[in-house]
Amino acid sequence: MYDSGKIIPGLIVFVLFITIPIWYNRGSAGAPPKIELPKDAKTCVLPAAEIRAKHMQLLNVWRDEVLRDGQRANIEIEGKQYPKSLMLTCMKCHTSKKQFCDPCHTYAAVKPYCWECHLAPVE
Amino acid sequence: MDIKRRNFLKVAGISTLAGLGGTAVVDRLVAGAGVAEAAAGGGHGAQQASAGAVRYGMVIDVKKFYDDPGLGDKAIKACHQFHNVPQFPDKRDEIKWIWMTHFENAFPEAPNHYQDEANQKKQLPILCNHCDNPPCVRACPTKATFRYEDGIIGMDYHRCIGCRFCMAACPYGSRSFNWREPRPFIVDINQDYPARTRGVVEKCNFCVELVQIGKLPACVEAVADSKALVFGNLNDPNSEIRQILKEKYTRLRNPSLGTLPSVFYIV
Repeated sequence: MYDSGKIIPGLIVFVLFITIPIWYNRGSAGAPPKIELPKDAKTCVLPAAEIRAKHMQLLNVWRDEVLRDGQRANIEIEGKQYPKSLMLTCMKCHTSKKQFCDPCHTYAAVKPYCWECHLAPVE
Repeated sequence: MDIKRRNFLKVAGISTLAGLGGTAVVDRLVAGAGVAEAAAGGGHGAQQASAGAVRYGMVIDVKKFYDDPGLGDKAIKACHQFHNVPQFPDKRDEIKWIWMTHFENAFPEAPNHYQDEANQKKQLPILCNHCDNPPCVRACPTKATFRYEDGIIGMDYHRCIGCRFCMAACPYGSRSFNWREPRPFIVDINQDYPARTRGVVEKCNFCVELVQIGKLPACVEAVADSKALVFGNLNDPNSEIRQILKEKYTRLRNPSLGTLPSVFYIV
């Protein structure tokens, strides 16, 4: 190989350069966010793992059913009625957006625009 | 030259025949597609609610609003408080769901230079007419405004892109645009109903969130003891609203436009 003395160090420098985000942030992944669960409510509308993974889809389904199709019938869980609503169901148990919603959303760097119109509970 | 005149004429003849036959086939296919589209119920315009079991409507007794000037304020306050309608100080930014106006503005098709004193001085409430043939729904490019099967014209703010075609289409001026962030201008916020964001169009939704769970609209509830506003199912011949329509002479706003409003005025 001609000019291997220049090419190989050059390649090393290039690889180091493009992997900056990996080695620069090494070891600082940060602890997973801690969220505050409601104290008095024991059940959610879905099991914890499912609601954690799919709450955004569920909210979209609720929105389409309620707002567009007019299917406003409550859902029943363990004998209690819940309207299909972010503000009237979710946020009635999870009374703090700052303690419950924001930590994970910040950690995952997602910016849901729900709150541009929907009102978070007063804290 | 290898092609003989005889062969050329043969090919030309066959091509002409094929061409003529081909157009006929294409024409027939196109006609078939047209029939199929018409059968599907015609694209953007919603099917009229007058055909269904439920078509919600309202009767407004203008006289009662003339007699009691506080009545209108009560209805407006109930509506705007419930739905978090912002109160902008500048009239250009104004958001209105239900509001008071003079007779000549509400009924421009009845021009009369010699109006009686009540019509000249006093005001009556107007709101979205929830038309049976709504021009706003046809104009909306994202179907953000749409018709429920019960005839209510709803708004889906998630879909609204703020193009304001619906505002241009609505002949009643029932729609308002959020030129500014509305949240800081909401007095007495209702935590059980969402607000809106800058850049969406909003209007009266006939309290669809109450009506569809069996309650009455906020404005009707607010003036309930006066019976100045009556809400009900226009397609049920035994409903209270149909009884009133049978007994009293009512008017629609701008009937010549063919929008078929669901809000009737006893004038």
